[in-house]
Amino acid sequence: MLRDRTVFTWGMLTLFVALCIVFADSLGPLAEYPKAYFLPLTDPMNAAMRSFVEAFGTIFKGIAWLLDWPIFVARTVYAYLPWPATLFIVCWLAYLANGRGLAIFAGVSMCYMVVIGYWPETMNSFALVTVSVPMAVIVGFFIGAWGFRSARAHRVIMPSLDLLQTIPAFAYLLPILLLFGFGATVGLVASVLFAFPPMVRNTIIGLRGVSEEVIEAGQMSGATKRQLFWNVRVPSARRQILLGINQATMASLSMVIIASIIGGTNDIGWEVLSTMRKALFGESLLAGLVIALMAMILDRMTWGFANRKRELAGAGDPNTRRSWQIIAGVVFGLIVLAQFIPIMKEWPREWRWEPGPVMNDALQDFTVTYRLALEAIKNFSFFFVMLPIKLGLQEAVSPFTWGFAMSPLVTGLYALLVFAICGVAWLRDRQLIAVVLALLGICLYGGLTNMPWIALSAIFVTLAWQVGGRNLGLWTVAGMLFLVLTGIWEPATTSIYLCGVGVLVSFVVGSAIGVAASENDTVSAIVRPVIDTLQTMPPFVILIPFVMIFRIGEFTALLAIIAYAIVPAIRYTEYGLRNLPEETIEAATMIGSSRLQRLWQVKLPLAMPSIMLGLNQTIMFGISMLVITALVGSTDLGQQIYVGLGDGDFGVGMIAGVGMAVIAMIANGITQNASKNMQRKLGMQVDELA
Amino acid sequence: MKTSPAGDPMPKLSCRNVWKLYGPAADKSLIAQGMTPEQIRDAGHIVASADVSFDVMEGEIFVIMGLSGSGKSTIVRCLSRLVEATSGEILLDGEDLLKASSKELIDIRRHKMGMVFQSFGLMPHLNVLENVAFPLKLQGMGAKERLEHAQRVVNLVGLEGREHSYPNQLSGGQQQRVGIARSLAVEPEVWFLDEPFSALDPLIRRQMQDEFLRLQSELNKSIVFITHDFLEALRIADRMAIMKDGEVVQIGRPVDLILNPANDYVREFTNDVPWELVLTAGDISSDRPIPDGIKTVDASAGVASLLPYLAENDGIGVENKESGERSYLTGRDVIAALATGVQTSDTEEA
Ligand SMILES: Nc1ncnc2c1ncn2[C@@H]1O[C@H](COP(=O)(O)OP(=O)(O)O)[C@@H](O)[C@H]1O
Ligand SMILES: [Mg+2]
Repeated sequence: MLRDRTVFTWGMLTLFVALCIVFADSLGPLAEYPKAYFLPLTDPMNAAMRSFVEAFGTIFKGIAWLLDWPIFVARTVYAYLPWPATLFIVCWLAYLANGRGLAIFAGVSMCYMVVIGYWPETMNSFALVTVSVPMAVIVGFFIGAWGFRSARAHRVIMPSLDLLQTIPAFAYLLPILLLFGFGATVGLVASVLFAFPPMVRNTIIGLRGVSEEVIEAGQMSGATKRQLFWNVRVPSARRQILLGINQATMASLSMVIIASIIGGTNDIGWEVLSTMRKALFGESLLAGLVIALMAMILDRMTWGFANRKRELAGAGDPNTRRSWQIIAGVVFGLIVLAQFIPIMKEWPREWRWEPGPVMNDALQDFTVTYRLALEAIKNFSFFFVMLPIKLGLQEAVSPFTWGFAMSPLVTGLYALLVFAICGVAWLRDRQLIAVVLALLGICLYGGLTNMPWIALSAIFVTLAWQVGGRNLGLWTVAGMLFLVLTGIWEPATTSIYLCGVGVLVSFVVGSAIGVAASENDTVSAIVRPVIDTLQTMPPFVILIPFVMIFRIGEFTALLAIIAYAIVPAIRYTEYGLRNLPEETIEAATMIGSSRLQRLWQVKLPLAMPSIMLGLNQTIMFGISMLVITALVGSTDLGQQIYVGLGDGDFGVGMIAGVGMAVIAMIANGITQNASKNMQRKLGMQVDELA
Repeated sequence: MKTSPAGDPMPKLSCRNVWKLYGPAADKSLIAQGMTPEQIRDAGHIVASADVSFDVMEGEIFVIMGLSGSGKSTIVRCLSRLVEATSGEILLDGEDLLKASSKELIDIRRHKMGMVFQSFGLMPHLNVLENVAFPLKLQGMGAKERLEHAQRVVNLVGLEGREHSYPNQLSGGQQQRVGIARSLAVEPEVWFLDEPFSALDPLIRRQMQDEFLRLQSELNKSIVFITHDFLEALRIADRMAIMKDGEVVQIGRPVDLILNPANDYVREFTNDVPWELVLTAGDISSDRPIPDGIKTVDASAGVASLLPYLAENDGIGVENKESGERSYLTGRDVIAALATGVQTSDTEEA
């Protein structure tokens, strides 16, 4: 009954979309909303922002001045410390956190940073991170504690966090830039804002997760309210809180890098972008590697502290005190020594290792030698995958690329083919799949960006309504109207298309890899470190190799999106498949299922909620990368945000930013609800992976 | 204590008509109206404990036994005020605990009460010694003093050598020893144990019960011990209460419960009991005179320990040290008791 109604709904939708595409020309404003009726929001927004800055600008300038101090202090300290001293301290911390392996890795990485000549830039970025993380952690912890205490606060905080985390990184920067002016403070404020939400989330999860008995034991030990919180609850939630610090650190680093791209300050992120603009890809990659190494060290270190098996011995422990004294002694010694040995203070220019030019030549050779193959890959994907989805078969198929035109005959054949496939599905009693396939076939013919807005909106609204109920449906209506009325529909569909293709590929390939990894330990062991590394990378770094080979353009953007968004698809699929109830699998085995049957008929359906959450994360990762790809010239909303940022045009950038957030929130709502529905149906609970 | 006649020992802890209701609008008024638990349940509330009364004497092990969901944890949490009773009185040394301010309550918990939890409730971030010293730390005792003190308690529960281990490095039995040590660190007068051994393997459980009895013989605390295991209750209890659906069904010495179950519900539990381990010679001997030349044992001797002698002889003399009564127990009596224990005791009474 319910099924029938669903099939009917989707059937009507398919019919509606088909009609819209066929009669697109006569739909008028329902197909393409006329420019004349765009809501003129940008000018009032800019005016409002201007008067806000005029009224309160001094306050923000004051805050900026205050915030400059810790940055100044941190930068001065790092600049003063001779690099061997910093290296020694970091190695020692790495050793404490995660043992000898990480210490060696940190040591080698930092030597690389020195020898390659990016030490001062690295330290400048690092200074921002060291200032912003404690601020984000403190802010996040207290907001988290508040959300834990008060149910009302919790109701406000959680959706705000969702909102903060869906707003694209560049959009954060715009108001901050206008309020605080250029400079390192922008990076600091943005990175605090970007980094504190995960801290809040983890704090709440951690504080809530402390078992009731531990709390009762604390009460029975005679703890006062305050003692119960600080001596029992907080330390018991320590691991989760430290994981929050880990995530906050990574978010902070990635924002610092992005901010330095915009700010054009003397940071390592800027180094990457400026060399990239000069087509010095070798140098760009080398600088990118610095960021990557920094990310890995920070990640492994904070993660290590969160997961330490043994506690740090107390401060009163004589051993600890001795080792502190030794550390202090060595650092002091290195500082003194550096006064006499100049290379310890500053690595001389002429001693730098400069493989950049060689790499550029090699890259040149490579691209020349394999030009045909590279072009072929690019063109094939472009003409046979990307263009059809973007513009639809009706425009993408031309004699020039496909070898034939989309004549009425071909169109008829295509219709027949779609009809045949749907017919088969229908006859096999898969009505819903048949209808959805028909819809997809029609969309592919019409093309995402060429479809009348009313048709595409109808699809999203129906999907949201079906999955998430009336509320989500109405939200989606509002979101779609926002995109249409503010006049950003066109770039928005480009975003949807780029992200959609990226997510589709990531999800299909990623789930396949995830399945393989869950079935085979060797595959898992190979895949694991790769995705762990990809996951820690600030998204910007992932762009570099693709820009090197394919230069700027949509194809590069797409590859970068896939490289980044494939990570959650793999992780969640493997996780879901590996964490199924043991007994169910054993039961399936005892019934006599083959391995494939078990996978398809038992494991995958049961892992579906987790895989769905993976899709959710894939989309979120895809969107956050999409925004970054504005740097390589995609022509979507991300580009508008970037342009708004460049011109200081608050209205344009903000509307595009909100538009992107709207898309993200709708996608998030749909996939989250889909996963929840499945969890409910299967009676199991799946959490987001840290 | 007003109600107890002078001369009677005053109970250490007494629980008077304690109710605990859960539910949106569950308050005292329902109870004041004199509604029965069924009526309150029908009104849509959860009755976790209903009109529970019992006394715990100084140095006594009082066991509360019941199936899961019968309200045992609720009642012990009302006693320690981890849960606020909806109505009733809880008297500790004659003072109503429910009237204590939160400050007084903290003080009472710091000095008079200790509690052991089913899943141990250990602080994951503290090692064994620090866990045990934790209550002392909260009181503001200096580091050296409290660690010394904790070390003594750690030795008492047999954990020396594991002082610096963390809870996740210990087995379940060891973790519960830490839990016990922590609850004893403040030298409490009343000691609550909520299913302390239920999470342990049967062998370890047995060992821990012995250990517990040994500790109690040294420490002589007033104890409320919760369990869902009837045999455990029998081994440990001086007196016990059986709970069902929040209500106390029967209170008495284990043997009273076995010999005179209040209803079928209690009888269900007693059915599986290995009688020879529970019954004492005094419980089943008859008033016939003791023939000459026969060995005499104390009335509290377990029947099981007499079986070898009875296999060789017709009967055995039984003497009650306190009352001086003497009676005679034959092998036939034992067999009759084991075969139809309940009826035997009934006819005895008649
Ligand atoms: N916080 C609570 N809210 C609602 N009902 C509760 C709560 N705590 C306990 N109960 C109910 O009270 C009854 C007794 O629970 P409990 O005392 O934990 O039983 P036991 O310890 O004997 O297993 C159960 O039916 C339980 O569902
Ligand atoms: Mg219980």
